[in-house]
Amino acid sequence: MGSTSADNHGSEGVGRRDLIKRSAALGLVTVPTMSFLAACASGGGGDESNDNTSKGKATKDNPFGAEKGSKLDVVVFKGGYGDDYAKAWEADFGKKLGVTSTHTGTQEITGKLQPRFNAGNPPDIVDDSGAQQIKVDVLNKNGQLLDLAEVLDAPSVDDPSKKVRDTLIAGTLDPGTFEGKVVALNYIYTVWGLWYSGKLFKEKGWEEPKTWADFLAVCQDAKKQGIGGLAHQGKYPYYINVAIMDMIAKKGGLDAMKAIDNLDPKAFVGSDAAQAGVEAIYEVVEKGLLMPGTNGLTHTESQTRWNQYKAAFITCGSWLENEQLKTTPTDFDMKFMPMPLLPDSKLPFEAIRAGAGEPFIIPTKAKNLPAAKEFMRRMLSKEWSTLFAKEANSLTILKDGVDPSVRLRPGTQSTVEASKAAGDNTFRYMYVDWYSEMGAALEAASNELMAKRIQPKEWLKRAQAAVDKQAKDPASKKNHRD
Amino acid sequence: MRKGQYRFVAGFLFVPVALYLIFVIWPYIQTFGYSLTDWKGQSQTFKFVGLDNYRALFHDDVFLKAIWHNIQFLVFIPVVTILLGLFFAFMVNAGGRSRAGGVSGVAGSKFYKIVYFFPQVLSLAIVAVLFNAVYRSDGGGMLNGLLIKLGLVDAENPVEWLNEPGFVRWALILVVVWHGVGFYLVLFSAAMQSIPRDIYEAALIDGASRTQSFFRITLPLLWDAVQTAWVYLGIVAMDMFVLVASMTQNMGAYGGGPDHASDVMSTVMMRNFLYFGKSGYACAMGVVMLLLTLVLSVVTLRATRRDRIEF
Repeated sequence: MGSTSADNHGSEGVGRRDLIKRSAALGLVTVPTMSFLAACASGGGGDESNDNTSKGKATKDNPFGAEKGSKLDVVVFKGGYGDDYAKAWEADFGKKLGVTSTHTGTQEITGKLQPRFNAGNPPDIVDDSGAQQIKVDVLNKNGQLLDLAEVLDAPSVDDPSKKVRDTLIAGTLDPGTFEGKVVALNYIYTVWGLWYSGKLFKEKGWEEPKTWADFLAVCQDAKKQGIGGLAHQGKYPYYINVAIMDMIAKKGGLDAMKAIDNLDPKAFVGSDAAQAGVEAIYEVVEKGLLMPGTNGLTHTESQTRWNQYKAAFITCGSWLENEQLKTTPTDFDMKFMPMPLLPDSKLPFEAIRAGAGEPFIIPTKAKNLPAAKEFMRRMLSKEWSTLFAKEANSLTILKDGVDPSVRLRPGTQSTVEASKAAGDNTFRYMYVDWYSEMGAALEAASNELMAKRIQPKEWLKRAQAAVDKQAKDPASKKNHRD
Repeated sequence: MRKGQYRFVAGFLFVPVALYLIFVIWPYIQTFGYSLTDWKGQSQTFKFVGLDNYRALFHDDVFLKAIWHNIQFLVFIPVVTILLGLFFAFMVNAGGRSRAGGVSGVAGSKFYKIVYFFPQVLSLAIVAVLFNAVYRSDGGGMLNGLLIKLGLVDAENPVEWLNEPGFVRWALILVVVWHGVGFYLVLFSAAMQSIPRDIYEAALIDGASRTQSFFRITLPLLWDAVQTAWVYLGIVAMDMFVLVASMTQNMGAYGGGPDHASDVMSTVMMRNFLYFGKSGYACAMGVVMLLLTLVLSVVTLRATRRDRIEF
């Protein structure tokens, strides 16, 4: 009665326009910043201990004592490999142990899990992968990750006389090892290199090129016939950067690679291998052998073009076949090959970047630790590893982990052969995991190189600057590889 | 006011004010607290580092560049959108042929009004997908496809629109303007319709041209609406996160390329916060963003203040 009718007629009352203006001004302040600031805000709490963890009786088949009827909270990155494999595991886990799983398949690992980690309420087991993964080093620094030694020292499911750790491909635990502790199980065995269509090559009479000169010759011949030479996923310079770094490693050997990982003041500028590697890739650009427009395409766009025979080669890791399942023609005959060799290279042609990817982690604050550990132990059994190869068309870190009776797709089969041929000649950069900021700077420079805006010389300078900047960070002293 | 009235008003205000304090003000305060630490973002452990983060910010080329990009957006997005919105609104409402006895819009103005509003109902994510197809860097892109057909662009050398450091920000401005202009057309139309016709008619009789009646009558009487539009568009220009993150070359995460040419404060901040794990540092960026937007809104409201014309 009083206020509403009495005051609003006067000229000093708040008019509607003023109100809009003021609220808009307030909005100007709050809207753009708020959503981001809200992300900063903590969930509070997070110190409650998890003594209430379910614990059943330990037996030979169940050494950690996963309790029947308890619940397991599984979060899986649903990217190139999908998440059907995890569902198959969960079903089997429920059948054999009576533990029911709640399944979350998502690409937004950080968005969904960061608040939960902050609040001390994380899931039991997580596939922490993809573009939005929570960096393992960051989680580990904050003591959020379980030391997986217990799982790795448990008896293997297939052969109880062996420890789980002795059934894995050598070196695959390294990327998940921080300060001497294995805190992430990088489950998928990935190889990186070039891919081509067996069908296209047969049609055109091309051979798999062993040297860089042969590679360029195939690209040139392709160009003449109206096909692009090399395609890459330009919108994500990560991919072409892998190719550049691999050329450097193969030319200069493991020393050239380690110089970069160890932030050597001559890692790039003053390194002949680095110069040769980047100049090789730049030759493709300079001679016009890239697939037209590939620099600006996303991974799906460029890979689909390649599936349509618009390019002879594409750079990628071994998730490619599964990622492209729907767009690959049935007679495409996908084939993997190592990066071709420059003259006087220290590593042989067969050498490939290989290693374990897709880190699975168990948070220290998991509610059902026994079941999580048992789940991980079973992931490293031949049965589950085969399930994975079938559902996700990729290999796992389990040695001979695929039942030979299972027929693999051509691309996956060719990666099996390539990794057999490579033997111990595999390499893997560590800076990717150690220094995300330096990695981003390298990728930015590679993007400029591919667009012809900078020359190899400038690329080397920029790369060295990124290394030198990282070396100034006192935290980088802790990482070193021999 | 009568006795007890304040308590009555306060009773109504309590809940919204409490919500505002908890969900807006408290996070601001927390963010400022975190900006003084080396927080990594994944747990509640961190060290106090004083103003180190702010000091580092002034030497961070990428962030400084991003501020300039936001300023560029801030200048061009509102100017272009408002000018276009005003022009279309004028044409739709008063731009028709002057007939004896009245002022009206161009033919089909009702239809245009609806069509121009279409983009506004699309979410930004969809707009980004749409324009990714327009700007696609090979012959499959709409622009490239068209230009190749016309023979203006070599099919072997298509234009990589979003991979051109000199063009990428203009490409984004174009998207925002396309998305926003319909809304401002409707906003300005509504305001124009409240301007009494007699004024226009009087001007017509005095021999005023269309341009004159726009600048002498329409614009001054529309000033409040323009001011509001400016503030809204300022919000858009200071953000830009969705479009940059989903359309531009990736610089580790959240777009921003090529070579940080399209990075804005929000993408740099998110990259530091999540991808680099430098969350305390990112919070310092957040605080700087807050201060800049605060200054900006005060300046905008001061600079555009005019005496109100009553009609």
